[in-house]
Amino acid sequence: MAKVKEYIPIVGQSVIDDLRLIAEKLKGKVIQHVNSTAVGGGVAEILNCMIPLLQELGVDARWDVIKGGDQFFRVTKKFHNSLHGKEEEIHSKDFNIFLEASQKNIEKMNIYGDVVFIHDPQPIALIKKKNENKWIWRCHIDMSKPNERVWKFLRGFISKYDAAVFSAPSFSHKLPVRQFLISPSIDPLSDKNKELSKNVIKDVLTKYGITQNKPMITQISRFDVLKDPLGVIDAYWEVKKHIDCQLVLAGGGATDDPEGMKVYTEVKEKVKGHKDIHVLFYPFTDLEINALQRAATVIVQKSVKEGFGLTVTEALWKGKPVVASHVGGIPLQIKHKYSGLLCYSTEGATFAIKQLLSSPDYAKKLGENGRGHIKNNFLITRHIRDYMLLFLSFYYKQNVVYL
Amino acid sequence: MKMKKLVKAKKPLRFYTRLHLSELTGFKAFNLNELLYFLKKVSGSSIYHHTHRFLQQHQYLSPEPPNDFAYWVAEMLGENELGEQLASIDTVQFSSIRSLREKIIETIEKHLKKNPLAKRKFAKESEAFYFMRSVSFILPTSYLVNDLEEFVDVLRKVTIDSIYFHIFEARLRLGRSDNDFSNWIKNSIGDEQLADKISKLDPYTQTLEDLRTTLIKIIEGKIR
Repeated sequence: MAKVKEYIPIVGQSVIDDLRLIAEKLKGKVIQHVNSTAVGGGVAEILNCMIPLLQELGVDARWDVIKGGDQFFRVTKKFHNSLHGKEEEIHSKDFNIFLEASQKNIEKMNIYGDVVFIHDPQPIALIKKKNENKWIWRCHIDMSKPNERVWKFLRGFISKYDAAVFSAPSFSHKLPVRQFLISPSIDPLSDKNKELSKNVIKDVLTKYGITQNKPMITQISRFDVLKDPLGVIDAYWEVKKHIDCQLVLAGGGATDDPEGMKVYTEVKEKVKGHKDIHVLFYPFTDLEINALQRAATVIVQKSVKEGFGLTVTEALWKGKPVVASHVGGIPLQIKHKYSGLLCYSTEGATFAIKQLLSSPDYAKKLGENGRGHIKNNFLITRHIRDYMLLFLSFYYKQNVVYL
Repeated sequence: MKMKKLVKAKKPLRFYTRLHLSELTGFKAFNLNELLYFLKKVSGSSIYHHTHRFLQQHQYLSPEPPNDFAYWVAEMLGENELGEQLASIDTVQFSSIRSLREKIIETIEKHLKKNPLAKRKFAKESEAFYFMRSVSFILPTSYLVNDLEEFVDVLRKVTIDSIYFHIFEARLRLGRSDNDFSNWIKNSIGDEQLADKISKLDPYTQTLEDLRTTLIKIIEGKIR
C-alpha cells in the first residue's frame, strides 16, 4: 500500500501539505465508512486505498461492512439495475426482503462515527440509528433516470441524511438535504495505473498473442449490453477498411451472470475467424489491464450508459487518446477535441477512431491534455481532499469557511 | 546578478490557500428562459462558481470559454453569438458578484429581445445546465514573507489554489478593493508602481500556472 509521501513526485509537495493541513482540523473526529463488501467492486477498491491514506494523514477513518444473505443481495442488485434505468420487475416482496435484512444490520451494527459515511443503497436503512452524529449518503450510481418506485422507496431514507454525494450533476435529484458533487478518482500508484516498463507491456501482449506491429484499438469493459462491445466491433470493421489495425476487447462479467455470458457469447460469435480481433475474458491481473491500456494506440469506451467511467480516467491518465460516448461522467473528463473525442453513435466512433489513427500528433496532444486534466481533478489525492472538506463542512454553516 | 536593496515589509504577508467543495443546488435549466429565471434566483456563490470554476479545474489551454454559461448556450443550445458575448464579459472589471450577475442577465435578455426564436431551443435531458455553488475553505499555509525576495521564492512553491485565493477570491468574493498581492506591495512594501502593474493584469485570460510565471517575472524584474 502506497504511503502519502509517495504521491509527492506526482502531485507536488504543496498538495500534500494542504491535505495535512485539512486533516489536522479533523483531529478527534471518527469517520465511519459503511458499505456492503470488503472486496470486489469500485467502492471497496476506493476504500481499500483511501482508508490507510486518511489514517496516515491523522484522520481516524474506519470501515465496516454490512451483512446480508443471497436474497438480500439479489434484491439490491435489482435495485442497482433499476436505478441505472434498466427494466426490472420489482415486487413488494423485494422491499420486504430489503427491510428485513436491513433491520438485522440495524440491530447488530455498532455505529460509533462522528461522521457516518454510507456507500450506495445496500446499507442505506442504517440511518435509523442516527442520533447527534452526521450522516452522509454516497451514491456511486448513475441515477439520471431511476426506476420511480425504487427511487421513491430510497428517497424516504435519503431525506433523513445530513447530505448526499453524487459523482455527476445529472445523477442528482430534488432532495430536502444538501447535495455535493464529488467525482471518484484513480490511484496513480496502484497496479492498474502505475508506470510500466516496455518489457512488462511486451510480456503481457505476448501472453495474449497480440502483435506490436499494428495499431491497437482497445476497450476494457465488462461484457455488458450497456458497454456496447458489439458496437465497438462494428466501428472497428469500418475503420479496418481503411487502416490495418487490431482490436482488443478485454473484460469480464461474473460467470453466474447469464446476461454477461450471453453478451460474451454474441461477441465471440461475431468475431469468429477474425484473427486481428482479440476477445479476452477475465481473470486478468490489474497489472495486465494496465499493460493492455498502455499498449493501445486508441482507447474506446463506447458505453450506452455509464457511471463515472473510471476506465476513461485510467486511459486518460496513461496519456492515451480516447474515443468515448457522451454519457454519465464521461463529459466531465473529456472536453471534445481537447482531451479526447466524444461520440453519440457507432458512425461517430468510427470517424473519431480513424481520425486519431491517421493523425498521431493530434492524438498525442489530446492524450497529453487528458493526462493533465486527470492529474488536476481525478486522482485519489483530490478525492481525499474533497471528502475531508465535506466532513468539515458539517461543522460550519457559511459558504466561506476560515479554518 | 546583483540584487537591489530590498525593502522590509511593514507587515509580513501570510499566504493562504483556498479549497472548495461543489454543492449541487437542485436547479436545472433546459432553455434560455429557465437559465434566466435561475440566474436571478440562485445565490451569489452559485454565480461565483460558474464564472470561476474553470480557473482551478482547467490548468491547460482549454477550448472552454471562461464561464459555464457561455459554454452551455453555445455548445448545448447552439447559440454561438450569445456564447461569444457571455465569454467576452470582462470579469476583471466587476468589483462584486452582484454586478457580474446583472451583466450576465442583461446580456441574455438583450439577446432574447433580438432573437426571440432562441427561446425555443431546448437542451437534451443529459445536457441540462445544472446550477451549483462553491463552498470555500480558506486555510493559512506555513509561508510568511517579509520582502519581495521571499515573496517570489514562495510564489514558486505554493499551490495554484493559493495564488487563486489571493488574486481572485480575495477581490471578488471577499469584497476587497484589490488583489492581496497588490495590496501588500502597495501598503507594506510601499511600491505603488509594482502594485499597480499587478493590479492591471487580466488574470482571467491565462491559466493559473501562466499567471504564476507572469507574477514571478514582474517581481524579479523589480528586484534583480
